[in-house]
Amino acid sequence: MKPAPFDYVRAETLDEALDALSQAGDEARVIAGGQSLVPMLNMRLARPSVLVDITRLAELKRIEERKGSIVIGAGVRQVELERWAPLAKLLPLVNAMMPWVGHAQTRARGTICGSLAHADPSAELPLALLALQGRVHLRSRRKARVLPASDFFMGMMATAVAPGEMIEAVSFPVHAMGTGTAFHEVARRHGDFAIVACAAIARPDGRNRLAIGGVADTPQVTELPSPSDDGFDDALNEFAWALNARDDLHASARYRRDLVRKLGRRTVEEAIQCRS
Amino acid sequence: MPKLNRERRHAITFRLNGREVTAEAEGRMLLTDVLRHVVGATGTHVGCEHGVCGACTVQLDGEPVRACLMLAAQAEGADIRTVEGLEPAAGELSPLQAAFREHFALQCGFCTAGILMSLDALLTREPDASEEAIREHLSGHLCRCTGYAPIVKAALAAQARMKEETPENA
Repeated sequence: MKPAPFDYVRAETLDEALDALSQAGDEARVIAGGQSLVPMLNMRLARPSVLVDITRLAELKRIEERKGSIVIGAGVRQVELERWAPLAKLLPLVNAMMPWVGHAQTRARGTICGSLAHADPSAELPLALLALQGRVHLRSRRKARVLPASDFFMGMMATAVAPGEMIEAVSFPVHAMGTGTAFHEVARRHGDFAIVACAAIARPDGRNRLAIGGVADTPQVTELPSPSDDGFDDALNEFAWALNARDDLHASARYRRDLVRKLGRRTVEEAIQCRS
Repeated sequence: MPKLNRERRHAITFRLNGREVTAEAEGRMLLTDVLRHVVGATGTHVGCEHGVCGACTVQLDGEPVRACLMLAAQAEGADIRTVEGLEPAAGELSPLQAAFREHFALQCGFCTAGILMSLDALLTREPDASEEAIREHLSGHLCRCTGYAPIVKAALAAQARMKEETPENA
């Protein structure tokens, strides 16, 4: 349970980090808080030959409102966003989800963008990104690009980040007036991996968006009518089956589908109730 | 830009319980291993080594963190506090440590150092932390002896004692 040897580079500017990443190609990994990467290193599921530490880069430690979005730099720790005073007002869904992200002891070091880069199918932050239609800002030495959540997650723990590229920031659209959001999760123990996690957004036009984590290889999202409509239960049931739940150590596929149907309905109903 | 070559050891300097220490370590070494094997501070325990059990929890710049999920190289310049730093004076227990003893909040003691560091950070940051917040912080630790109830009791007792010792208008 010790990492295999690697060269460690402590970048002092973004350019240094990008240079180191471009030189090492797919042999390099970015490390920030390390709360997802270090377990992978310890278990030798990841064996990069170069680690590029971006935690000293002041320009990545910012949370700012820009053109109707909240832009969170790759150096921002989860605890910093959790304690960021405007969070409840500007991103109420993320605010509701933060206490479920790992434990206080991992949120103290883990970053928002690091959790996205790890792309665990049961993690809350990737689910938030998909539910809220957020965007991931990627940068390499040659170019910068911005990807919507739906193009970012490629599969279980697989993302669109290319060799030489790093996540520079993530942006979430600011909560819109008249919209309601809600979040529910079932896990064996608070802070454990979600068996099923549901995030819902209720819009003023009566349409609802439900995103589910913990079931498929990546978080999945669907549009649903009002829960009082006849078609709601059928649409939710169809979605629950389309997630292709599997049996595992933690829960059976049937239990997961049942949670999607019951918790999914409850989450949508709550989102509607808190529309403002 | 500092680069630590994998072939050799490098000097890493940080503050440990108020004292500056310099340790020679490979870039891949975890903070737990540098604390225990290089510095010789064995109060921090190592359990699962992948961030699940919480036994290795230390305070980094006042926040509770897993020492097994941190490269020692990342601690360069940091202020680290471990269970050895909890005693207010040699041979004297902190209110939290004393409460653990009074309330039988430990049996084998393997998880205790980590739990103390988490609860100490919580009670320092939030002197009025609710029982729910205490339990939430404990969810980041595994204890296979106590069933947690005595730990919660000890934390609440320590909280009351710490408040007595620092009156609000002090």
